[in-house]
Amino acid sequence: MSDVSFVVNGRRVSGTAEDRTLLVHFLRENLGLTGTHVGCDTSQCGACVVHVDGRAVKSCSMLAAQASGSAVTTIEGLANGSDLHPVQAAFKEHHGLQCGFCTPGMIMTATDMISRHPEGLDEATVRAELDGNICRCTGYHNIVKAILAASKAMSKGVKGRAKQAA
Amino acid sequence: MYAVNYHRAASVADAAKLVKSGDAKLLSGGMTLIPAMKTRLAAPSDLVDLSRISDLQGIKVSGKTVTIGAATTHYDVASDEKLRKACPALAHLASLIGDPAVRHKGTIGGSIANNDPAADYPAALLALGATIVTNKREISADKFFKGLFETALKDGEIITAVTFTAPAKAAYEKFRNPASRYAIVGVFVTKGKDGVSAAVTGAGEDGVFRSKEIEVALAKNFTAAALDGVKVPAKGLMSDIHASSDYRANLITVMARRAVAAANA
Ligand SMILES: Cc1cc2nc3c(=O)[nH]c(=O)nc-3n(C[C@H](O)[C@H](O)[C@H](O)COP(=O)(O)OP(=O)(O)OC[C@H]3O[C@@H](n4cnc5c(N)ncnc54)[C@H](O)[C@@H]3O)c2cc1C
Ligand code: FES
Ligand code: FES
Repeated sequence: MSDVSFVVNGRRVSGTAEDRTLLVHFLRENLGLTGTHVGCDTSQCGACVVHVDGRAVKSCSMLAAQASGSAVTTIEGLANGSDLHPVQAAFKEHHGLQCGFCTPGMIMTATDMISRHPEGLDEATVRAELDGNICRCTGYHNIVKAILAASKAMSKGVKGRAKQAA
Repeated sequence: MYAVNYHRAASVADAAKLVKSGDAKLLSGGMTLIPAMKTRLAAPSDLVDLSRISDLQGIKVSGKTVTIGAATTHYDVASDEKLRKACPALAHLASLIGDPAVRHKGTIGGSIANNDPAADYPAALLALGATIVTNKREISADKFFKGLFETALKDGEIITAVTFTAPAKAAYEKFRNPASRYAIVGVFVTKGKDGVSAAVTGAGEDGVFRSKEIEVALAKNFTAAALDGVKVPAKGLMSDIHASSDYRANLITVMARRAVAAANA
């Protein structure tokens, strides 16, 4: 057992966990943040993507103990009260989800991608950057559309919020 | 995953001490080791996390000499401005590994210690004639990569850095498995003071190797056209559900041709 502590979505949290506890399980089971999903056992689907110290990572492939001391952002940390984050709003607007299982991981990957490409995104880049996120429903088309739209919207002036969220 | 004791090492010396306990394993990005522990293919008693040791981080370029700390992530290698000038081929290679989330965690030291026969870095280090620096000694790349998942590392030996001289020309071309994103065939070519080299990953039954046929042709004439008609033997190449050994043999020439064209561009 180890003591772990992080700042999750801006709030300091600490707890005790077995050393083998994966970050995704700590988030879901100890903190009740069930927005982060587990879709595979092979580190390939991206449903579990969260940001650790500002970088998108697969929380199913990292121990909670490895992340101790870090700042973690999950899907629950993006919206500002009832105001959706621009990427969430774009997924809604462009019908970027069907069953919604992959969506939290898609959105966490998208916000990271947008913040790493302040110069803007094109379709080929978005598709390449989505290599690690699998969707069984949409065929990706509307996800790509949503991310391109969000990237445009965010470079038009909501930059501050995007940075803060990433 | 079986129970494990996690330790965060403060320094290389600290890690060297910690890794002696029980059946301990070093942990870097965890992009290979954690999935292997989840499926119980690996079951160390202890994990010694190297990722917060500052001595193992970062990229130094001085003149033509490049040194990369073992715990430097694929993302940091891909986006380092100095490296993109000194050896753009290596930065490009790092940008092709896995996906963004894998690149944010996975490290060069973990990748070469693992020596997966389809991993990308081994081809680069072998072709660049790199030196692998450990807490005990320096090992040249051609002595370091021994076979499938096998290296010259002794138990508990810690890679601290890799270093090489940037060649005049280099490029990497990879034919990826679309599902796993590892190389079905990847070829890294270089041309420098010591001649040319062409190292192949993804294809060899014994892991990464240098292709004599490609090198002989390129030594005469470092152009894509010089590889027209060059045949790489299928003997000793892997055959699996993704590609037969004949197909891989053909792909080696195709990837080498593209790599040379990119190196000359
Ligand atoms: C979905 C997915 C896709 C991937 N695609 C690719 C790909 O296209 N190409 C590719 O090359 N790789 C790919 N990988 C593997 C990835 O590059 C890993 O990062 C890499 O193989 C291991 O590096 P790591 O830092 O994560 O090491 P870890 O998983 O932490 O460790 C791996 C092994 O190396 C040992 N080790 C770690 N650091 C050291 C050190 N400093 N000294 C001595 N031993 C050490 C550990 O004990 C362990 O045995 C992929 C992985 C995933 C999950
Ligand atoms: S659950 Fe993490 S990659 Fe699939
Ligand atoms: S919306 Fe169902 S998996 Fe993507």
